[in-house]
Amino acid sequence: MSPDYYLYLSAVLFTIGALGVLIRRNAIVVFMCVELMLNAVNLSLVTFARINGNLDGQIIAFFVMVVAAAEVVIGLAIIMSIFRSRRSTSVDDANLLKY
Amino acid sequence: MSTAILAAGGAPAHEAVVFWILAPIAVIGALGLVFARSAVHAAVLLALVMLSLAAFYTAEAAPFLAVVQVVVYTGAVLMLFLFVLMLVGVDSADSLVETLRGQRIAATLVALGFAVLLVVALAGTLDSFKSVGLAGAQGPTNGDPVGKGNVVAIAELLFSRYVFAFEATSALLITAGLGAMVLAHRERTAPRRTQRERMLERVARGGAQLAPLPGPGVYADHDAVDTPALLPDGSLALTSVPEYLQISRGQARDVAAVESADRGLEAPR
Repeated sequence: MSPDYYLYLSAVLFTIGALGVLIRRNAIVVFMCVELMLNAVNLSLVTFARINGNLDGQIIAFFVMVVAAAEVVIGLAIIMSIFRSRRSTSVDDANLLKY
Repeated sequence: MSTAILAAGGAPAHEAVVFWILAPIAVIGALGLVFARSAVHAAVLLALVMLSLAAFYTAEAAPFLAVVQVVVYTGAVLMLFLFVLMLVGVDSADSLVETLRGQRIAATLVALGFAVLLVVALAGTLDSFKSVGLAGAQGPTNGDPVGKGNVVAIAELLFSRYVFAFEATSALLITAGLGAMVLAHRERTAPRRTQRERMLERVARGGAQLAPLPGPGVYADHDAVDTPALLPDGSLALTSVPEYLQISRGQARDVAAVESADRGLEAPR
């Protein structure tokens, strides 16, 4: 099977993730959509590794996973501390810097 | 045999079957993640997408990444998400009020345009290169039916060319752990109130029920927590149902529902 289909699938998943980031309000769901985008890019990296016949793409996908794990820890801690002070996880409610 | 299949990524026909079954599932799961009202449903659908991606990694001769995907993403990251969801409150549904007028439509249009752009760009460039395959990098080759294997090949790269990035990762992880501790830490401004002090306050305030709250009611067909107890005059003892069930979800059953259920049970006899 041609690896191209994986790239198309990755493009579709990335777009759906971006759509979710744009339209969802709940910060946690927005964050999950960011994870979906990272996963989609990982899929294309693994496919590129296969197309090019070397493992560098897989190594980069591995590092993306590590960084994503660190990012989730910090992001969720930030969401928790915002929730503690404002009793809400809606991204619309964090508007103190707006005015 | 299984090692050889993992290294080779399976036969092409099998791969196509796996792809055409799992790709629609992944796309539907991703769409469900965007459009699910409940955040918990979104998290479960995201798990579905991540697991199908792990299957794709296996099909693409990347068994190590498939395992890492299951362990790190589906196992650790998503459980962290669910943990925070439970802390924040499962009922935190999205507000449907649009703060920016027409933002949803605009976002959908932008996403559609972006998808078209990506797909057209891919279709325009993909014909120019030919897939080499990973047999040269990790096996199996003609002389060696197993080859050196995906994990060994990745380890050789990771600890030679990428060793500095790998070491930098450890600094990143330590920083992230430290940052999470700093963010989650809360300085106590007042001394901790003991249980004794809280109870004294409650009695002094008056009006509160001093005895333990009544338990949920026991009917012939129900002893569930959502069934309120009845008072002697037939009215509901609302305090017998956990506050969470009655207020935030409206799941407490009322007398009429319980009685009609009882009638429904008795009718056939």
